[in-house]
Amino acid sequence: MTINEIQDEIISEFEMLGEWMDKYEYIIQLGKELPSMDESLKTDDRLIKGCQSRVWLHADYSDGLLKFTADSDALITKGLVALLVRVLSGHTPQQIAEAEIYFIEKIGLQNHLSPTRANGLLSMLKQMKLYAVALAAQNKL
Amino acid sequence: MENGTAHTPLLKNIAQVRQLFPILQSSVYGKPLVYFDNGATTQKPLQVIEAMDTYYRETNSNVHRGVHYLSGKATDAFEAVRKKVQRFLNAAQEHEIIYTSGTTAAINLVASSFGKKYVLPGDNIIISSIEHHANIVPWQMMAEERGASLKIIPMLPNGDLDMAAYESYLDDKVKLVAVNYVSNALGTVNPIEKIIELAHRNEIPVLIDAAQAVQHMPVDVQQLDVDFLVFSGHKMYGPTGIGVLYGKEKYLDAMPPFMGGGEMIQTVTFEKTTYQKLPFKFEAGTPAIAEVIGLGAAIDFIESVGIEAINRYETELLAYLIEALKSIPGLRFVGEPEKRAGVVSFLIGQHHPFDVGEILDKQGIAVRTGHHCAEPLMRIFNVPGTVRASVALYNTKEEVDVLVRGLRRAADMLG
Repeated sequence: MTINEIQDEIISEFEMLGEWMDKYEYIIQLGKELPSMDESLKTDDRLIKGCQSRVWLHADYSDGLLKFTADSDALITKGLVALLVRVLSGHTPQQIAEAEIYFIEKIGLQNHLSPTRANGLLSMLKQMKLYAVALAAQNKL
Repeated sequence: MENGTAHTPLLKNIAQVRQLFPILQSSVYGKPLVYFDNGATTQKPLQVIEAMDTYYRETNSNVHRGVHYLSGKATDAFEAVRKKVQRFLNAAQEHEIIYTSGTTAAINLVASSFGKKYVLPGDNIIISSIEHHANIVPWQMMAEERGASLKIIPMLPNGDLDMAAYESYLDDKVKLVAVNYVSNALGTVNPIEKIIELAHRNEIPVLIDAAQAVQHMPVDVQQLDVDFLVFSGHKMYGPTGIGVLYGKEKYLDAMPPFMGGGEMIQTVTFEKTTYQKLPFKFEAGTPAIAEVIGLGAAIDFIESVGIEAINRYETELLAYLIEALKSIPGLRFVGEPEKRAGVVSFLIGQHHPFDVGEILDKQGIAVRTGHHCAEPLMRIFNVPGTVRASVALYNTKEEVDVLVRGLRRAADMLG
């Protein structure tokens, strides 16, 4: 699936959920399902700045594909992180660098999350994009 | 209200009190607002909002300098609040009341100005391990500048201060003791009478951070014999941007000005400036006049209800809150001080406080989550932060019940 197909899939999943508490239940569920990151990877250089909870992001590049694993000590944050990983992980750096991320706005996350949580989510997205942009630039050399 | 006849009975009719706070009538996410973040800032009663509105409509002018009618009127109103604050704290003299922008600014003023006058290399300043960053960082900055060190009073496991350790720190190297009256993170009410008495035995002055105290209990600076006491307007039903530094005349007189500018000078030449007398020496620039007026209205409001009545009501509410929280499986208190005021900090199981706070928020319930500007303290407890519920005189037992139901739901969802 392309990045946009995954985004559309998430949007329709959220459309099926009724009120925001249900959406939270779903995000929490995603958080529980995301495998925990190996403790040895939870280092300070993998910490994302700008979160009230801690978020670790690890990038792995092999066979031309950029794969992300991530974790958080807070469950809602972990669920959100899981959504970003689902959308962006496993594509080429070029695809990730050029992707336009619209699902966050479409499902209304930005308006419903507390500002600190939304900022944390955006910091994470920025960091993922940074990895991709750096690798894409390298590939062009 | 204005005539002050509605003393204690007001709190017997809590619905009537709540009517005085416009924001308490509002809803968030379609649910009635339940506001338990009063330790961060309290909501404002109509009389505070209206006092500031009226000031801008009818009185607005700069203070202490105009020859014209409005300036005189503004100055009178501005100085009348100083008298009101003096009475509120039972300070001996009006000019011992210095307006600042808040508790933080007041502590920075004392740290900088007292430091310059009294602190030498090798000296010590005592603070405690349960302080807000505002009562840590200014002292660190000053100590670094003056070549002095900080001594930290340790905490007992329940969140009370280790008074034996404190006593052992007091020697002639200590130039000042700065502690809070009530901990914003744990709710501990510190034995400040004892803290002051022990310091004074060694001729050491004491600064009390009363930001979490003046809205909950009577504070009498002469009875306490405290040397400096600071608080903010916005945590006691007043506006943001205004706070108070109370200081004994003998110290304030001896200390150099903190900021230079207009209003604080007597004569200025390019060679030498002489400073105004107290309190103006410490009030450079145009002050927050409307906010001062708002603070005056907030004191009127508190006095119309009666601080003793507020204290009784909130103590009962807090006890009810603590009992209700105990019914939640897996809930543990962070800090169980012997004497508590205003706030309760807790965690549920292994759930991150941020998650709990966000699910409460979606149910219309406002609490604070995080480290509460007390990172060193959170490190001692080895927690990433806590959920903190803090009460004000308008909170009700019904709201406590809503909070408890909300917490149960959060715990269920986070499973």
